[in-house]
Parts: sequence; C-alpha cells; structure tokens
Amino acid sequence: MSAATLLAVEGLRKAYPGVVANDNVTFSVGAGEVHALLGENGAGKSTLVKMVYGLVKPDAGKMTFDGTAYTPGSPHEARSTGIAMVFQHFSLFEALDVAENVALGMEEPPPIRQLAGRIREVSETYGLPLDPGRLVGDLSAGERQRVEIIRCLLQDPKLLIMDEPTSVLTPQEVDILFETLRKLQAEGTSILYISHKLEEIRSLCDGATILRLGEVVGNCDPREKSARELAEMMVGTELKTPAAADHDLGDVALSLKGLSVKSANPFGTSLKDVTLELRKGEVLGIGGVAGNGQDELLGALSGELPASRDAIHLNGEPIGDLGPNARRAIGLLAAPEERLGHAAAPDMSLIENAALTGHVRKKMVRRGLIDWSKARAFADEVIAEFDVRTPGAGNAARALSGGNLQKFVIGREILQKPDVLVINQPTWGVDASAAASIRQAILDLAAEGAAILVISQDLDELMEISGRFAALNEGRLSEPRPAQGLSIDEIGLMMGGAHGMEVAHIHEETHA
Amino acid sequence: MIWLEKRPTPSQLWSYLTPLIAVVATMIAGGFMFAFLGKDPLVAIRTIFWDPILGEFAFYYRGQLLVKAGPLILIAIGLSMGFRAGIWNIGAEGQYIMGAIFGAAMGLAFYPMEARWLIFPLMIIAGAFGGFLWAMIPGILKTRFNTNEILVSLLLVYVAEQLLASMSLGLLRNPEGAGFPGSRNLRQYESAANNELIAGWGMHWGVVAAFIAVIFAYILLSRHIMGFNIRLTGASPRAAKFAGVNPNRLILFCLGLSGALAGLAGLFEVAGPAGQISIDFNVGYGFTAIIVAFLGRLHPIGILLAGLLMALTYIGGEAAQATLGLPAAAIQAFQGMLLFFLLGIDVLTNFRVRLGREGHA
Repeated sequence: MSAATLLAVEGLRKAYPGVVANDNVTFSVGAGEVHALLGENGAGKSTLVKMVYGLVKPDAGKMTFDGTAYTPGSPHEARSTGIAMVFQHFSLFEALDVAENVALGMEEPPPIRQLAGRIREVSETYGLPLDPGRLVGDLSAGERQRVEIIRCLLQDPKLLIMDEPTSVLTPQEVDILFETLRKLQAEGTSILYISHKLEEIRSLCDGATILRLGEVVGNCDPREKSARELAEMMVGTELKTPAAADHDLGDVALSLKGLSVKSANPFGTSLKDVTLELRKGEVLGIGGVAGNGQDELLGALSGELPASRDAIHLNGEPIGDLGPNARRAIGLLAAPEERLGHAAAPDMSLIENAALTGHVRKKMVRRGLIDWSKARAFADEVIAEFDVRTPGAGNAARALSGGNLQKFVIGREILQKPDVLVINQPTWGVDASAAASIRQAILDLAAEGAAILVISQDLDELMEISGRFAALNEGRLSEPRPAQGLSIDEIGLMMGGAHGMEVAHIHEETHA
Repeated sequence: MIWLEKRPTPSQLWSYLTPLIAVVATMIAGGFMFAFLGKDPLVAIRTIFWDPILGEFAFYYRGQLLVKAGPLILIAIGLSMGFRAGIWNIGAEGQYIMGAIFGAAMGLAFYPMEARWLIFPLMIIAGAFGGFLWAMIPGILKTRFNTNEILVSLLLVYVAEQLLASMSLGLLRNPEGAGFPGSRNLRQYESAANNELIAGWGMHWGVVAAFIAVIFAYILLSRHIMGFNIRLTGASPRAAKFAGVNPNRLILFCLGLSGALAGLAGLFEVAGPAGQISIDFNVGYGFTAIIVAFLGRLHPIGILLAGLLMALTYIGGEAAQATLGLPAAAIQAFQGMLLFFLLGIDVLTNFRVRLGREGHA
C-alpha cells in the first residue's frame, strides 16, 4: 500500500426509514492506490460512494480528503475537490454527439471545437479510442462508458470512483479498460473500484474493503486471497455451487429459423436472421453486451413483438404469429429482465401478479371470471417453494426487495411447468445466495426435461449453467458452441471483440 | 420541514378516508367563500347538504336526487373503466347528446304508433349505439393514427352540440310546435316515455340502469379477466403487454363502453326528465361525471356514493341560489373545490407525511 492517504472515511453512517444502509464504515484509499469496495447487492456500496461523491449526506461520521476535512454538499463540490465518478447507469443523451455530451457534464465547457481536440488528446493518451463527432445513440455500451470516463478525466481528478464498470463490457473491452486504469494509477490517480466480480478485483486492485449488510467486515489485499475466500467473506457463509445432474437431451423443442424482428425502440437493436435449435433438457446460454438485442429476443419469444409465423417453431409447430397467452397455453414461457413494470406490475399484489402470467396454464379463468382463490394458492405456492421473503401474498410487488421479487418472477414461470422457458438476466441485481438458488432451480427444471434459454450478461453465470453458449452481437446470434472448454478469448470474439475500436477507425476514414 | 415519503404498499385506510376528508375540506373552504360573498356559511352549507334530504321541502328535492344522480352514475361508471386503464374519454357530454338524438329519433320515427314493448327497447338500443358510435371516432383515430383521445373526444362535444341544435331546429323539430325549436315531447308519447316508476321517488329506467351498471362494473373489475386487464394496463402498460393484453382492443373496449353508457344516460334523460330534444338539452352531466368518477376513487361503489353526493350539491346548490341568492358560479366553484381537495389529499394514499430533516438527497 502507498504511504500517503488520499481519502479517509471514519465511522460513516446512513439510515433510511426502515433500513440502515451504512453503519460505522471506516476505510481509506492511498494516493495512487486502486482500492476495491466489495460486497453483494444491497451491502451498501452504492450508498457509501454516493456519500463520498456528495449525492447523499451522511447521518454521522467524517471524511478527510488530502489531509483536510471533507464534507461535500453536492457532486459539484466533490468535483471541484478532485473526485470524479463513473456511474453504472450512464447519463448520456442519445441524440447528441460525444463532444456535446461531454460539454453538458462540465462546469464551464470550452468551445466545442477545442473540446473535441481535447477529447481526442485524452482518448489517445489513455488508449480509449473515441470520435468526438459521433452520435451517442450509435455507440456501443463500451464506447458510451468511454464517454463517461473521458468526461471525468478532463477534470484531472485525484480520485476516480467507478461503479460496476465492467458489467457492460466484453472481455476484450475489460482488458482495454484495465490498461487505462493502470496507466492512471501510474500517474498517481487513486481509483475506488466497486464490483462484485472477484477475479477482476484480484487482478486490478491493491487493497479491498469488504462490506456486508452496510458494515465493514474485512480489509485485505485481494491479490493474496482466492476468489472463493473473497466470496465467502462477502456472503458470510460457505457458498453452494449449483450442480447439474447428468441427463440426456431430447428432441428439438424450440427452433428459430431466420428470425428477424424490428425493435420497438428507435435506439433499440433489431434482430437479424437469428437461427438456433434448442433441445429438451438443454440449457443454452446467450451472452452479449447489453443492448445487442437481448430485450428484442425475449420479446420475440414471449410473443410481445410480432414475428413471422414460420420463424419460430415450438415442438415442430409454427408459432411466430401467436400472442403471449397463446404461447403460454402450448408451453412457451418467458421471464423478462425488468422485474418491476415488465415481469410484474409494481402496485399490484403478489396474488394479482401470480395471475398475470399464471392464469392460462393454471386455469384460473372460467367463463371470463378469475378464480382468485386459485391465484392466491398459486402465489402462496411460489412464495413457499422459492423462499420468497414477504409478509404475505397480499403485499404489493414493489414492497419486495429485488432478489425476492426475482425469485417470485422466476418461480412463477418454473412452477407452471413450461416445455420451453426463456429467461433474460435471471440473477441481475440479486444477492449471491438467491442467485445460487435461482440457478439451481433452472438446472433442476432442465433435468426434468424442459428446454431453457438463458440470456445474461454475466458470463460466469452462463458458463456455470449452460451446456452450449452463443452470443448476441448487434442483433445477430453467433453459432452456438459447447460451453465446456470455451476460453474467455473465444467468448469475447463471439461477443464481437472490442468492437468499439475498429468502428472508431472506420468512421475516421469515412469522415476524411 | 415537511416532506413526503413513498409508502411501500398503498394505504387501504387512506384510500377510504380521502373522499371524506375532501368533503369536509370543501365544506370549510366553501364556507369561507360563502362568507366572503356575504352569506352565513353555516346556513349555506346546511341549505346545500341538509335541507334537500331532511329539510321542510325535502319531499320535492328527494325525487330530484335520483333524477340527477342517475345519469351521473351511469356515465361515471363507463368513464372509470377507461380512466383506470389510462384512456381518457373527456367527451362523455358529446356521447350523451348523441345517445339522446339517436334514441329520440328512433322513438319519433314510430310516432304515433303505440307499441311500448317494441319501441322503448329499440330506443334504448339506439341510444347506446349513438353514444358508442361517437366514442368510436376517437377510439379508431387513436388506434389507427395514434391521435390523442382527450382532444378528439373533447372537440367532438362541440360537434355534437351543433348537431343537437340542428336537430332541434330541423329534422326532429315538432311539426305541431308552432315553429318553436325542439322535438315532440316524448313523455306525452306513451310508447317512448321514460316516466317515474314510483311516483315521487324520481326513480326511472335510467336510474335502474345506473344501479345495474354499478353491479356489473363491480363484478367486471374484481372478478372478470377484462377488468383485470384494464387495471393491469393502468398500473403497468408493459406488464400488461407481457400478460397478453392487446392495447388497441382495450382502448376500443373502454371507449366503446363509456360511450354506450353515456348514450344510454342521454336517451333516458331525453325520454324522461327532459322530455324532448332541444337546443339546451345538455346541462353538463358528461363533464360532472368526470368529477364523480374520481371522487368515487374509480370504484363502482364509490361512484354510486359520489354520484349521490354530487347530485346533492346540484340540488342543494339550486336551492341555495333560490333561497340565499348565491350566484351559480359559486356553486360550480364549490363543486370544483371538491375535485381539487380530493386529488390533493389523494397523495396520502401513496405517500406518508414526515416531519423533520429530509432523508433523501
């Protein structure tokens, strides 16, 4: 660890009504150190950095920055002190170009032409290729992140906070990012790096503070610990790894032939000529960087987006033109990524949300009338079987934590005994133990003979549960390959490699 | 400092309490308004809320209560379906007029033939159809061209008013009316009249239809899959699409239903209390029903109660105009306050008031 301390946090506490987000948190970041904040979802990492960045006021505790007391009242103050932050969710305008977006985030932006020059300069210095004249709406997620990073670097920060930066990147893009971060570190910039991905923390960070339920449970040098040790410190218990039972694959359950679907969103990605076959008992994992057609693929399979009749076959029958309920009736179920507002209605009770997709297969409707006792029984069954923590089925969906609602949503589909189940991001924002139980349930369902398509941006997850792997890249699906023995480089290439790099060069040529 | 915190689950208690608090707050604020107008606020409030039911001349007003509440409830029930799904039919007044024109025209077409078993049911069907047709215009424009149903339905009210005037002066004018505008009086035409079923109660077929609509709406919303789809669409349109709800079909259903019910209300009014098609036939039931629908929490039973309450303010307001000389505008302002307070206090169903330092940044 470095000698001089840049940021010191002492006894920080923040309570929200009904929940203590952070309590007595103490840690420090040295000058030129890459320090990791490690913890499960809901461990309080985000609240903590929001306090450092001046977005949230702590209830108690104090911070010192560069030797002087530091009490940021706003992000503006934090920035002028020398702290910059790259958020997990980008705040960019798709209809504006890169330079305009950067200018919007600055206190006193220079003229656009001059700014574009500086953007080129910084992007070349740090190996982050980016053309300032391109529309953000046309950029990949990795390139958008570069916009955010460059926006931060233009302020010459002493401390750069990065919240889950790799969740939107291909493995190759992660390498590029890490190069940049190491270069920054060599120049003396400190980095506070938030993640729950253990391997990358081990390869990048010099020190780590581990949070659990809002409190610091340990400090360590991540390079001296194994990923498993880190995970167990993070979770607090021993981790169970989901195990797939050996079973043979059956006939083709779902086949897509040249499926092309136009996105409903103007900046969405349309599906182009997607072809695949999914067998009974198989788990096929579909990887890819966010925004490469995942939502559209789920929509086309759930029946929300219209497709041509012969593009989708279920058990040999063409079903491309059927609506969601007709597909449910014949055994094709889906669980979308967005829990609140897509998979479930936030203000409705779990009973009503159970009926939302369950009424078809669970035969809850007779002569148009809903049998609410059946819906309640089904909701109770999901709650019991999937260990959903809630005071009762009468509670509104929005009252549940993300992990519990996810268990409810996945459980609701699994307990309907689908022939084919399509899941987008099964464990997004879910804590490690809930994620493990969801993955186990997926494997169990496959062992019973269901065909399962898992769309996810978590490559570790896909490698863990899927038999074959394919990647979505700009709406096209790669040839599926057996997951076993697939190297991280091969996966990265299937996901489109470091697509931003080539694209940036091609554009410069066409501009010239 | 006072700030609002979102409740994890909407409060049941507050959703029942807010209408009551809104009524009380309206009485207080209205009392101040009446005091500023130089009237004794207590007397004014009593004249509006008490006298029509239990005062000296209540025997006259009581019948009026159902006559006024009937169309309000019938229209508001239809509107509430669309409102729950986020489909805003603001033009019930126009659909009400069209129902009256269609229904009256159907009845008058048979004049002077006497066959109540045939003519009156045909008029009911024609009335519902007229309102339905008028509501289908914004419906089809919205589903085809994504136009705004609020604007289209509202503007069609003024088209309907012009049609009404034209009908009173032209096609439907009473040939024996000495040239005065207005149709024949349907109340004097046995086969077409919608008279009181029990003398002095104000109960006519339109009121019966309103009660039936309340019961059907209750079952539809709480038990029927269509009602579930309506609520789901209002709560979360994307989840509704995932649940297989066809948004266009829902738009047409909600607009069609509210149009048909408004048309029915118009038909029962023209054949009953109003008696004839005339230039000033419509008195704003279609607009007041919007307030009734919200005052009743878009819930059928709530709408039943809200319709009766609103009818009371109408009748009491008329009484106050007559006996205290309050201006008509003051009564309308009073009714407006009711909606204002309701929507304002409604926040408490989903939020809770906290005192002290703000917790969120």
